[in-house]
Amino acid sequence: MKGFKFVLAGIIFGIVMVKSEAVSWYRIQEMFRFQAFHMYGIIGTAVALGALAVYLIKRFRINDSEGKPITFNDKDPGWKKHIIGGLIFGLGWALTGACPGPMFVNIGYGYLTMIIVVIGALLGTYLYGLLRNRLPH
Amino acid sequence: MLELLKQPWPWYASGIAIAAIMVTLLYFGKSFGFSSNLRTMCTLLGAGKKVAFFDLDWKTQKWNLLFLAGSVVGGLICATVLKNDAPLQLSAATVKDLKAIGVTFDGKLNPGQLYGMEALSVKNVFLLLTGGLLVGFGSRYAGGCTSGHAISGLSTYNYHLYWPLLAFLPVALS
Repeated sequence: MKGFKFVLAGIIFGIVMVKSEAVSWYRIQEMFRFQAFHMYGIIGTAVALGALAVYLIKRFRINDSEGKPITFNDKDPGWKKHIIGGLIFGLGWALTGACPGPMFVNIGYGYLTMIIVVIGALLGTYLYGLLRNRLPH
Repeated sequence: MLELLKQPWPWYASGIAIAAIMVTLLYFGKSFGFSSNLRTMCTLLGAGKKVAFFDLDWKTQKWNLLFLAGSVVGGLICATVLKNDAPLQLSAATVKDLKAIGVTFDGKLNPGQLYGMEALSVKNVFLLLTGGLLVGFGSRYAGGCTSGHAISGLSTYNYHLYWPLLAFLPVALS
């Protein structure tokens, strides 16, 4: 099956999220209060290595598995949406301790009440789609 | 080996693993971004008929939904095969701060007080629903969540993406 590699990548992602404790509400509280380096270490390492990999991919024009050049879609400009969206996101992250990935990983772990958070997130996404044209970007 | 995997992983091992996942997805011709799945799920629920933002061909996002399904299985594996019963090592300062706002640290991943089935009250449902709504709305507004914005965004030198990162952090400090 062609899609199995994505399932496998997802499984590894889920395991990393639990074992790094990035799915923990407590760890997110600790992060937002700057009381431990842990979460900053995780995100910092991922960004630094990711940036190095992207540099190498661009520098050596590395192709993907199908032989097509790997391209990076630049996010469209505008700063308002990043600030306002980021603030709203941060509030929700602090409240639930879960960003979109960990929500689903937590359900798999057995925190079934996280389904309520997912329902909220779907409503929020829908609401954004509905109001999109009226919001400052 | 299994015993080693069962323990909590140090931050650098986790960071390396996340970067490896991002690069693997790039090699498969895809861009790491988890919150896009929420949009696709809205499409699958029929939102595309009413709102143009959701009028997309979900099949182009099938790979990401498979990734999501895998992540749920990953969580399940950690609750079974790779289960670790040792309490979480939260910093003493956080334990103290949480106590001051009425949250007792129970050593688990998430507080039973908020996420336990037995604690399911109208107040908790409201909190979880509101929190989720903010995450969903905010991530789509900003154009991505932690994976797409922070990890993929910063890695691809989208410098203006530093903005949301700065905005993410101070909000909960009060």
